[in-house]
Amino acid sequence: MLKIENLHAGVEGKDILKGLNLTINPGEVHAIMGPNGSGKSTLASVLAGREDYEISKGSVDYLGKDLLDMAAEERACEGVFLAFQYPVEIPGVNTTYFLRAAANAVRKYRGEDELDAVAFLKLVREKMNILELPESFLKRPVNAGFSGGEKKRNEIFQMAVLEPKLAVLDETDSGLDIDALRIVSEGVNKLKSKDNAQLVITHYQRLLDYIVPDFVHVLVDGRIVRSGGKELALQLEEKGYDWILDELSQPA
Amino acid sequence: MSEMTETPTTVSDAEDARLAAFDALEAAGAAGQPQWLAQLRKSGIARFSEKGYPTIKDEDWRFTNVSVIADMDFAPSVAAEAVDAGYLDSLEGIEIPFQGLDCHKLVFLNGHFASHLSSVGTQDGVILSTLSEAITAHEDKVSARLGSRSKEDANGFAGLNDAFLSDGLFLHVARNVSLEKPVHVIHVGTVAGSVSHLRHLVEVETSAKATVVETHVSAVEGVYVTNSINEWFVGDNTQAEHVKVQDQSIESYHIARFYSDTGRDSHLAHHSIALGAAISRNDLRTCLAGEGQNCVLNGLYITRGKQVADHHMVVDHASPRCESHEYFNGILDDESKGIFHGRIHVRQIAQKTDAKQTSKNVLLSDSATANAKPQLEIYADDVKCTHGATIGQLDPQSIFYLRARGIGEKRARQMLVHGFAGEIVERIECEPVREELDTLVWDRLEDQSLA
Repeated sequence: MLKIENLHAGVEGKDILKGLNLTINPGEVHAIMGPNGSGKSTLASVLAGREDYEISKGSVDYLGKDLLDMAAEERACEGVFLAFQYPVEIPGVNTTYFLRAAANAVRKYRGEDELDAVAFLKLVREKMNILELPESFLKRPVNAGFSGGEKKRNEIFQMAVLEPKLAVLDETDSGLDIDALRIVSEGVNKLKSKDNAQLVITHYQRLLDYIVPDFVHVLVDGRIVRSGGKELALQLEEKGYDWILDELSQPA
Repeated sequence: MSEMTETPTTVSDAEDARLAAFDALEAAGAAGQPQWLAQLRKSGIARFSEKGYPTIKDEDWRFTNVSVIADMDFAPSVAAEAVDAGYLDSLEGIEIPFQGLDCHKLVFLNGHFASHLSSVGTQDGVILSTLSEAITAHEDKVSARLGSRSKEDANGFAGLNDAFLSDGLFLHVARNVSLEKPVHVIHVGTVAGSVSHLRHLVEVETSAKATVVETHVSAVEGVYVTNSINEWFVGDNTQAEHVKVQDQSIESYHIARFYSDTGRDSHLAHHSIALGAAISRNDLRTCLAGEGQNCVLNGLYITRGKQVADHHMVVDHASPRCESHEYFNGILDDESKGIFHGRIHVRQIAQKTDAKQTSKNVLLSDSATANAKPQLEIYADDVKCTHGATIGQLDPQSIFYLRARGIGEKRARQMLVHGFAGEIVERIECEPVREELDTLVWDRLEDQSLA
C-alpha cells in the first residue's frame, strides 16, 4: 500500500529525514517511536502534504501512485488521513458543515454522489457513537474551545466519517488522560480492517497497550534504526531510548 | 524644537454653506416647530460652527479622512422636494434585505418618510411612528429624550444632525411589553449630491423587549451623504437588539452615531454590518448606567476597492457588575481600510466590571490595511478587562487542516472567510434576520470572489 524509499526531507534548509525506508501493507498497524527531534512529526507532515517541507531525495509510492506529486487535498481524497498532533481551531466554521464538505469532496473525487443533509446526518450519528461524542458536538465550531481530549476525539471521529485507507496518527496520545486514551484507541481499533492500514506515531509506549501494532520501528536522527514486533516497544519502555542510542554509537 | 505654529482656524466654503443653509431652514418655516426643537437645532448649528467637520488632526478621526465630505457642497435634503426628486413607486429592483421578514416596515427616501412604501401595524403598549409625527403627537415623550445625548457630543456631524434632523423612527415600548414583531427601518438614498440627516429615537421601558433592524441601501449610483443618529433609552431589566446593515452605494458616504443609555439588569445587543459606502463611520457611545447589565457591540465589515470602514466606540461603565463585550471582524480586500477604535472607561464605582474587546482583521490583499486601537481607562480596582487585536492573512495552518480533509484550497479559503464573518453574524439573536444575513454575507463574499 505504502512504500517509502530513501526519503530525505527537511525544512528551511535543515535536513530532518535522512534516508527513511518503510513499507506498509493493507491490514497492518505500524508504530513509529523515537526521541524528540528524531523526525516523527516531519514524516507525518510529509505524508499529508504539508508544503513547508522540501523533499530532496527519495520516493513515496502509494497504491501505485506517486504520493509526493499530489496536493494535500488530493491525498486526502485518495484515502490518506492525518490525525493531527495539534488539531487547528476554526471558529465560525460549524463542525457539521465542515465534515459534510470534507466527506462530499472525497465522494466527488471518487465519482460517488454527494450526500444530502439527511443522509449525511445519519452517517455521522452512527460514527459519533464510536467515539462516545454528544450530539451537541456537531453544532460547535471546529475544535474551537475544545479540550485537548475533545480535539483528539474529533480527529478520530473525522477519520471514522472519511474512512481512509491509510491513517497516520501523529502523537494522538500525547496530552490525553487514561480515559480519553481508552476511548480514542477503541475508536481507532474499531476502524481497523483488512483493507486499510494505520501508521501510529508516538513518543510513549503506553498507547501501544491499547492500539497493538504488528510492527514497531524506532526512528533516530531521520532514519529507522531498528524494526521489530510489539515486544520492541516494551524493551524501549524498559530501557529507554538511550539503550538504542548507546548501541548505535558502538562501532559495528 | 521649532516654534509651534498654530493653524489658523478657517471656515471652509462647505461649512459656510451649511451655516447659510441653516439660516434658510429657519426662515423657511421651521418656525412652526416647538420651542425645544428650535433650541436643539440652534445648539446643533452652534456646535457645528464651533467644531466644523472633524479632521485627521483630531485623535478620534486620525485614520479616517472626511475632508472629501467637508469639501463638497451637499444640499441638505430637508424639503419634501427631496423626496419627489427621487420618488419611488416601489422598492422593486432595489436590493433590500429582510423583505420576507414579518415586521413593521418604515421606509425613508433621503431621510423623508415614504408612507406608500411602508406598512406599520399596531400593538397595545407600543407607539410606533415617524419621529416627525411623534414630535406633534407625543411631544412630551420626544422632548424628554431627543438630543439629550447628542447635544453633549462635541462632534461636527452630531451638531449638524441636531440642526438639520429630518425624520426617522420613533419607537416607544411600555413597561412589561414585548414588541411582537421586529421593526424594520429602511433607508433608501435616491438623490446624488444630497445629504440626509436621519434621526431615530427608541425608548424601551422596564422589563420590555424590542428588536429594530435598520437597513441602508441606495437606488442611485453616485455621491451622497447619510448622517444618521440613533438615541436609545433602555430601561431596567429590558432586552433590546439593534441590527444595522449598511449596504449603500460604493460611492456614498455614511456617518452614523448610536447612543445608548441602559438600565440595570438590561441586555442590549447592537450589531453593525458595514458592507457599502466609500467611507463609513460608526460611532457607538454606550453608557452602562445601571448595575448588572450586559451589553454586546458586535460588528462586521467587508470592504474592497478603496473603501474605508471605521468603528469607533466608547463604552462607559458607570455602575458595578456590568459586562460589555465588543467583537469586530473585518475582511479587507484591494486597497480598502478597516479601523477599530474601542475605548472602555471604567468609573471608580464600577467594581466587578467584565469588559472584553476583540478586533480581528483578515487582509485578502497586500494593499489592504487595518488599524486597531484598543484603549482602557480604569478607575476601579476589582475589574476584568481584556482586549485583543489580530491583523493578518488567512491562517495557513487552518487552510492546511481543511485541505488535509480533502477540501480544495479555494474552497478552504472561502470556508475560513465565511467562518470569520459567521463568528459575528451568529451573535444576532433575531433568528430570521441572522439566517438571511448569513446568506447575504456568504453571497457577497462569493460575488466579490474575495476568497
